[in-house]
Amino acid sequence: MSAFLQTILTPDFVFTVIRVMTPILFAALSCMVFTKGGIDSIGIEGIMLICSMTGPVFSYLTQSAIGGVIGAIVTGILLAFLFGYVTLQLKAVEILAGIALNTMASGLTIFVIYYVAGEKGSTQSLFSPVVPNIEIPVLSSIPILGDILSGHNILTYLAIILTFVLAYVFYSTPLGLRIRSVGENAQAAASVGINVMKYKYITLAIAGTLAGLGGAFMSMGYVSFFSKEMIAGRGFIGMAAEAMGMGNPFGIFLASGLFGIADSLAVRLQLLNFPTQLIQTIPYMITIIAISIYSYKRSKREKKL
Amino acid sequence: MEKEILKMKQITKIYGNGVIANKDVSLTVNRGEIHALMGENGAGKSTLMKILFGFEDKDSGEILFDGQNLDGKKPAEIIECGIGMVHQHFMLVESLRVYENVILGMEPKKGLSTDKEAAIKMVKELSEKYNLSVDPMAKVSDISVGLKQKVELIKVLARNARLLILDEPTAVLTPQETEELFEQLLLLKKNGHTIIFISHKIKEVKQICDRITVLRRGRLVGTMDAANATEEEISKFMVGRDVVLKMDKKPAAFGETLLKVENLSFENKDKKKVLNNVNFEVKRGQILGIAGVEGNGQNELAECIFGFHKGVEGKVLFEGKNLLEESIRQIRENGVSYIPEDRLSTGVATKVSIWENLVSDRIDSKLLRVKRLLSQKKIQEMSQQLIKDYTILCRNENQEVGMLSGGNMQKVVVAREFSANPDLLIANQPTRGIDVGANEFIWKRIIELRDQGKAIMLVSADLNEVLELSDSIMVMCDGEVAGYFEDSKEVSEYELGLYMLGLKKQGQEVAAE
Ligand SMILES: Nc1ncnc2c1ncn2[C@@H]1O[C@H](COP(=O)(O)OP(=O)(O)O)[C@@H](O)[C@H]1O
Ligand SMILES: [Mg+2]
Repeated sequence: MSAFLQTILTPDFVFTVIRVMTPILFAALSCMVFTKGGIDSIGIEGIMLICSMTGPVFSYLTQSAIGGVIGAIVTGILLAFLFGYVTLQLKAVEILAGIALNTMASGLTIFVIYYVAGEKGSTQSLFSPVVPNIEIPVLSSIPILGDILSGHNILTYLAIILTFVLAYVFYSTPLGLRIRSVGENAQAAASVGINVMKYKYITLAIAGTLAGLGGAFMSMGYVSFFSKEMIAGRGFIGMAAEAMGMGNPFGIFLASGLFGIADSLAVRLQLLNFPTQLIQTIPYMITIIAISIYSYKRSKREKKL
Repeated sequence: MEKEILKMKQITKIYGNGVIANKDVSLTVNRGEIHALMGENGAGKSTLMKILFGFEDKDSGEILFDGQNLDGKKPAEIIECGIGMVHQHFMLVESLRVYENVILGMEPKKGLSTDKEAAIKMVKELSEKYNLSVDPMAKVSDISVGLKQKVELIKVLARNARLLILDEPTAVLTPQETEELFEQLLLLKKNGHTIIFISHKIKEVKQICDRITVLRRGRLVGTMDAANATEEEISKFMVGRDVVLKMDKKPAAFGETLLKVENLSFENKDKKKVLNNVNFEVKRGQILGIAGVEGNGQNELAECIFGFHKGVEGKVLFEGKNLLEESIRQIRENGVSYIPEDRLSTGVATKVSIWENLVSDRIDSKLLRVKRLLSQKKIQEMSQQLIKDYTILCRNENQEVGMLSGGNMQKVVVAREFSANPDLLIANQPTRGIDVGANEFIWKRIIELRDQGKAIMLVSADLNEVLELSDSIMVMCDGEVAGYFEDSKEVSEYELGLYMLGLKKQGQEVAAE
């Protein structure tokens, strides 16, 4: 047991948690935007996967990290628009369109990297600039705190900043109010003259951007190349984190942190010779528990109404 | 300034499904008056107002508001012009706060942010000025229906509406809330606002309105001054019957009492008492027509008897059993059938085939089985027989029910319910919105059932249907039995109208002034 505690009660472990939670946080924030705008977020996994591929590819083509990140964001927005067009305008069932998007993502990414890099597994052979880690001046010199909070990837800091920005946008600006009203009761919004479609597409653009950043982080920060299926359920875990955080940006931040801890634990415990199979179930167990708690609370709240 | 603030001329609207909701309807509203728009359910009142508000396109006609042509304007532009509408079904976002709902679409800003203080102040000022007290910070999902309506009024006033449209505002209110609303409306009128007030309650209209326009079946009946019109005159305008179909039937031969309803009371989920101490009986060989303006408890009465609701007080005795203690399935097994009011949501499953709909109540029956397994052949035979017997127009029994016309869809319901061979049939609006042919067919079948000695409880908002089919008539008003006539011939439609509209009530002197 003490070996276990020694492993996790270190600044190093907390640092890892923050790193590991970054893509989950991006995914969860994206899901939050989708949900607030009244659009299903099931396609998040596929959107992130495709973006994690276009990031390095654009980075390679432009030979700049910024080019790569922008490429990923644009891809995210376009895919979200595609999803919106199919479900809002062509009235396809959201779950089916989402599953189609996720399935397409697996095949499409492999096809494209084979075409660009000549390999089916990864883009390791391409020279693609990545997003750098940065040391925060003053902070980095503080013991322990500096070890934990400084030296992260720029995108990690961006995710944290965006949590606050989104909280501000959704709860303190007209844009947020309109998106929430369109998402919850489109007819009511239309009755006061709000253009429902316009705000649905704004929702999609914001959600797509966040998913794009999450994908870009995976292949341009977490590691330095794309490899197939590298999102590995992080989009779905993001959906769970969004549900667990009850749609509140800070709740979502904490929930993503919890999943980050679960993930990091799984990695650490493997080093301590715990049975791997068991350890790998930890994130999923937490997901199930969290969603059960969430559903229980919601059903109680609905009964009260 | 012109005397008239609004002129709607010769408005015609035909919905995509062929319903003529408005035909050459003209409406003129004077500045500063409260103008009532009256008519039975389905008369086209909401449609006319949705057209005015730009929610629906019209097929022809012209609308002038303050001399300005409103042709082709979107709701946002109509709001700009100074027209505001409180819809029959509230247009509120439940999870948002009151003030957020009010400012939605016209948010005051401070830099990039919403100016919350200014918004709350505005709501407070409006609620003080018009005596609409409501907490700006309350969540809409937590407040009562009466308060929600106030929020809707504040919403409209915040947009500087000069003409306010209220679509059946009192339908959801308690009498006290209604009184309060009236005071607020009179206050608005004093402040120079013009109001279009939709209702089918004559008393209310006489109480606060200046002029009255009546619609019937999508057509304009007329406009009159409220002061001069008597309640009888208005009711004649509203519920006059257009005889489209007549029915010959043998004189009734009543048998033993089959259904006995005692002291039935029911509160709906909004805590509104929709049924209050209802008593009646239905005998074998009797068609009991239940008349009433829609929303006076008839639908709930039918649903309560058929086991849709929990927490119903009183007794429903059917052959000695209290149906309130039984499940819908047990009620059916006792020999009760039900034609629901809304065929699309309750009557059929639109996405599945005709045969699946036809067997849905008898899937456990031995008649459809061979050695305990369902026999596709038997099901097919039964379905084909019913399609033939009930002249359901379709390709074959495998066709999706949603593809059928309204009349044929209803025939699927009727075929299923009648072929269950019930002792008691509860028919809730059995012919609403279907073509004359199907209508006549269903009427004939109902009379046949009666002649076989079955009991029938017919709920209908269509006065013609009630008068043509019923042997006896019970009128409901405000969840209570307003009148009962053992012999339907002893009551005229005009008299029925008085009972329906609450101007008269048996066992009580309700004078029509
Ligand atoms: N969106 C719609 N599509 C098709 N028919 C409709 C629609 N809305 C209303 N109707 C039909 O138009 C007629 C008039 O409806 P409505 O204007 O709501 O009446 P009222 O408000 O007087 O009760 C009814 O027969 C109704 O069934
Ligand atoms: Mg209406």
